Amino acid sequence: MAYYNGMLVIRRDVCGYCGCCVSVCPVGALELIDAYLSVEGDCSSCGVCARACPLGALEVADEA
Amino acid sequence: MKPEYDLLVIGGGPGGALAARTAAEKGLRVGLVEKRSAIGVPVRCAEGVGRDLIEEFMEPDPSWISAEIDRAVLVAPDGYRMTLEPSMAGSEVGYVLDRKRFDRDLVMQAADAGADVQVRARAVAPIMENGAVAGARIEANGAVEEVRARVTVAADGVESKFARWCGIDTAVPLAEIETCVQYLMTGIEIDPAATVFYLGNEVAPEGYVWVFPKGERTANVGVGISGKKCRDGSRPLDYLNRFVKEHFPDGRVVEWVIGGVPVCQPLERTVADGLVIIGDAARVADPITGGGIYNAMFTGRLAGQTAADAIARGDVSANALMTYDHGWRESKLGKSLERNYKIKEYFLTLSDEKLNRLIHSISRMDLSKFSVLNVVTELVKHDPSLLLELRALRNIL
Repeated sequence: MAYYNGMLVIRRDVCGYCGCCVSVCPVGALELIDAYLSVEGDCSSCGVCARACPLGALEVADEA
Repeated sequence: MKPEYDLLVIGGGPGGALAARTAAEKGLRVGLVEKRSAIGVPVRCAEGVGRDLIEEFMEPDPSWISAEIDRAVLVAPDGYRMTLEPSMAGSEVGYVLDRKRFDRDLVMQAADAGADVQVRARAVAPIMENGAVAGARIEANGAVEEVRARVTVAADGVESKFARWCGIDTAVPLAEIETCVQYLMTGIEIDPAATVFYLGNEVAPEGYVWVFPKGERTANVGVGISGKKCRDGSRPLDYLNRFVKEHFPDGRVVEWVIGGVPVCQPLERTVADGLVIIGDAARVADPITGGGIYNAMFTGRLAGQTAADAIARGDVSANALMTYDHGWRESKLGKSLERNYKIKEYFLTLSDEKLNRLIHSISRMDLSKFSVLNVVTELVKHDPSLLLELRALRNIL
């Protein structure tokens, strides 16, 4: 159960939809919509969100 | 929501609720939107708060108090335990809250005061007019409607986007997000009247482990670490599982709480034309403890007051709303945020070995006259070898 938007892979079965990643994203590409996380067009694949995630639910695609 | 309000509040946490309640009590037409389907859920908090702090806003209600706390225990990296009794000035008695009930009660107080409330309604964009915020586009049940407001309050928490959409950079540096996981555990042996904090690089690098009682044998057991220290294999979940295995191997986990706490400096500016930013969205959580309930309520109430005054004077420009920004910065809260940020920066420079010596020395002191400056002075007397390290801290203060 993964969601791939072209840059960021969100493992939806791991994500705790807490919003920690949203707060560190330097370009504002992430958005927490009630019980799921969405990635918008501006993602620069910097990977800061993946570092900050408490559970390890995020992965930058080109590192995979 | 109606198409127009005096004050529109984005977010139904304690900060948003206080802003809404305060403004409604002053006779403003107030709308509050919360994107979640329930107020207070999911919890993203260790739920500890000082008793005096809550009493500043309302009578404590037993229905949202899980535990009353008389003392705090600090566990040094070497396992040495220092107990902070309430007789020591600076050590406060407190509550561990039931945030699900607490948050809902606060929003119901705002509703009782006359505020409109809508859950499962999410702000998706500001309404901008001549560079000023004039409300928000609100999405609910698959439809988007415009809600205009003279002042909008961004109370949208750690994952705040509203202020960003208005052109304010709210990104938290990776090193200054505490990334956290907490279990609500039951069937564990604890002191039900003490909060316990474990320090050290092994248990929680650039953070701490907390055990906050929620009952006789029930507690919030959590870990927060700096985002900078977080990697596969060493995420807060890994630290928490290790801690629980060692300390509470027979406990049962009945809830997971996950979240990030900003421990950076507050936003450089917490107002814009027609906009006020409060609580975690303004990055005003305490940089040492990560506590943000009181800070959100304090800034929320001040935002409600300031908005009411500004609207009464017919000027909701950033200049007029700066009363709010100055107000919280010059308050006791603002001063303590500034000081605690510097103390946090200092503590991050300490090795576990130095932290051990510091805690051992503090525990030998007469703490009835506890204050940060006293501690520094006393420490140097007790352990002159700490002089060099402490000189840095003293200069800061």
